[in-house]
Amino acid sequence: MKQFNGKVLFLDRSDINTDEIIPARYLTEISKEALKPFLLEDLELAGFNPSKDILPSNVVISRANFGCGSSREHAPWAFEVNDINLVVAESFARIFKQNMFNCGMMAVELQSAILDDLFTTFMGKETLLETDLKKNVFVFKSGEICKEIPFSISGFDRALVEADGWVGYADKHY
Amino acid sequence: MGKTIAEKIFDSHGVDNPFGDIHVIRLDAVFCHEITTPVAINDLVSRGMDRVFDPSKIKAVIDHVTPAKDSKTAMQGKILREWAIRQGIVDFFDIGKNGVCHAIFPEKGFVRPGYTIIMGDSHTCTHGAFGAFAAGVGTTDLEVGILKGVCAFHYPHSIKVVIDGELPQGVFAKDVILAVIGKLGVNGATNKVIEFTGHVVDQMSMEARMTLCNMAIEAGGTCGICAPDMTTVDYLWAFIASDYPSKEAALSDYRRFTADSDAHYDQVIHVDASTLSPMVTFGYKPDQVKPVSDMEGEKVDQVYIGSCTNGRLEDLRIAAKILKGKTISPNIRAIVSPATPEIFSKALDEGIIKIFMDAGFCVTNPTCGACLGMSNGVLADGEVCASTTNRNFNGRMGKGGMVHLMSPATAAETALAGVIKNSFLFTEAGGAK
Ligand code: SF4
Repeated sequence: MKQFNGKVLFLDRSDINTDEIIPARYLTEISKEALKPFLLEDLELAGFNPSKDILPSNVVISRANFGCGSSREHAPWAFEVNDINLVVAESFARIFKQNMFNCGMMAVELQSAILDDLFTTFMGKETLLETDLKKNVFVFKSGEICKEIPFSISGFDRALVEADGWVGYADKHY
Repeated sequence: MGKTIAEKIFDSHGVDNPFGDIHVIRLDAVFCHEITTPVAINDLVSRGMDRVFDPSKIKAVIDHVTPAKDSKTAMQGKILREWAIRQGIVDFFDIGKNGVCHAIFPEKGFVRPGYTIIMGDSHTCTHGAFGAFAAGVGTTDLEVGILKGVCAFHYPHSIKVVIDGELPQGVFAKDVILAVIGKLGVNGATNKVIEFTGHVVDQMSMEARMTLCNMAIEAGGTCGICAPDMTTVDYLWAFIASDYPSKEAALSDYRRFTADSDAHYDQVIHVDASTLSPMVTFGYKPDQVKPVSDMEGEKVDQVYIGSCTNGRLEDLRIAAKILKGKTISPNIRAIVSPATPEIFSKALDEGIIKIFMDAGFCVTNPTCGACLGMSNGVLADGEVCASTTNRNFNGRMGKGGMVHLMSPATAAETALAGVIKNSFLFTEAGGAK
């Protein structure tokens, strides 16, 4: 099973699409590892500098409709090879979300009011997140500040995380 | 309570229902192309599971970058080609026979009403035009589809889009779907099937219905879907004639996959086609649409006519009607990519290719080409493209480029004018000439 803890990268924008996460010009790569330097290269976000801001992060927090656009699983892979296995957002495009869990990664939805609070409290500060998959709780920490945020994922998504993805699950069951 | 088309298809394809709302369904076809499939193939090989569930149900094509432009794209083609041969996949379309996936697979008769189809490509929703459930998936879903012939989905919720009235002259399926996406927003249909119905859809050709369904994903939709009717049967007849005694018999069989009158929809949207005018996108999101008349005069550097949205014969005919005997603006470059060899060949026979060439277009082989900024017409930083494709994301056709989505008619007229312009087929005042 993958790790869902670590440093948080805040991407304060809705509709971040898969072309921004990994541009089509890199789709000629046939290994996941090769995508590593290009994550979020075309992201339209004021002040964001992919070469400085991504490493070392392990969790992305964003807004609505994250991962819209193409079906390319290169988007989750580009996160995965950068040690980012968890994206938390208000909502996701269907294919992106399914691709995340299919890879044994997590795409977790939180309500916009909760996200607003997280952005206000933590953005711009060095923030760490710990995921407790047994209790379904995220623990956000920055200096003295600490917030526990409950979350939920479906039984199927949990089974995929535990099986380290859909290939493992499907091979066992079908 | 009655059922939607998608619900009926799911109910006839159930394999497992492991977690409440999750339905694992049996697949009638798995489509593959050279961008998203090679990683799945390599993964299957590395897991020691280099098999396919049924070679006759897998269809594969090299379409995104063809002919290969460099060593990497050549390797993607090579992996797909060798796999197709190794696995006995007969329906594999290589260079010389290849075309854009969502155009060539329907043309070959691989899509039927009631089918379940996945492909590692978001515009797989196109095939819903035949009354099929067809969804774009990622590489892992594709991999499991190839291996096991199944895929997991949430039970489908549907949005009904009723398009009534009459389309004014010069207004096409592309303008309708842009208007619908403008209404729904880029995630208005997320996790939902968009069922297109109404008088205008009934009148539409299969090509136009494919244009409509093609862009369901731009509103977040899992699939666009149209009920099968006599137009569907006519299109498929060459492939199904031996299965049915008559077209009527085929239609009555396919009627299993029409929605019940008391089916439940999460949302119903009415569009009065008579009020529509040609549409164009203006930003980096496909729901940023406005009437072409509000954008007229805006400068473009390149015009692109092609893709799985609007690279079919009907589209080329409309553009040729506008281009005939004229030449494109000297300030512009223009590219047309017929979507399949059959379309190319028919366009040659009809003199359409000559019209494009005489007008000053570059005619490419069938390929996705410029649509995704990987070959055949990539934009330079700061350039603007008037395009009949489906996606205007930042960087889509080249880093720093801007894409304005529009119909082939608007694109052709824009090529002549050098600036965005409504086609002569459409006039504002009376709606139509
Ligand atoms: S034509 Fe464009 S949108 Fe269609 S399959 Fe090819 S790349 Fe994708």
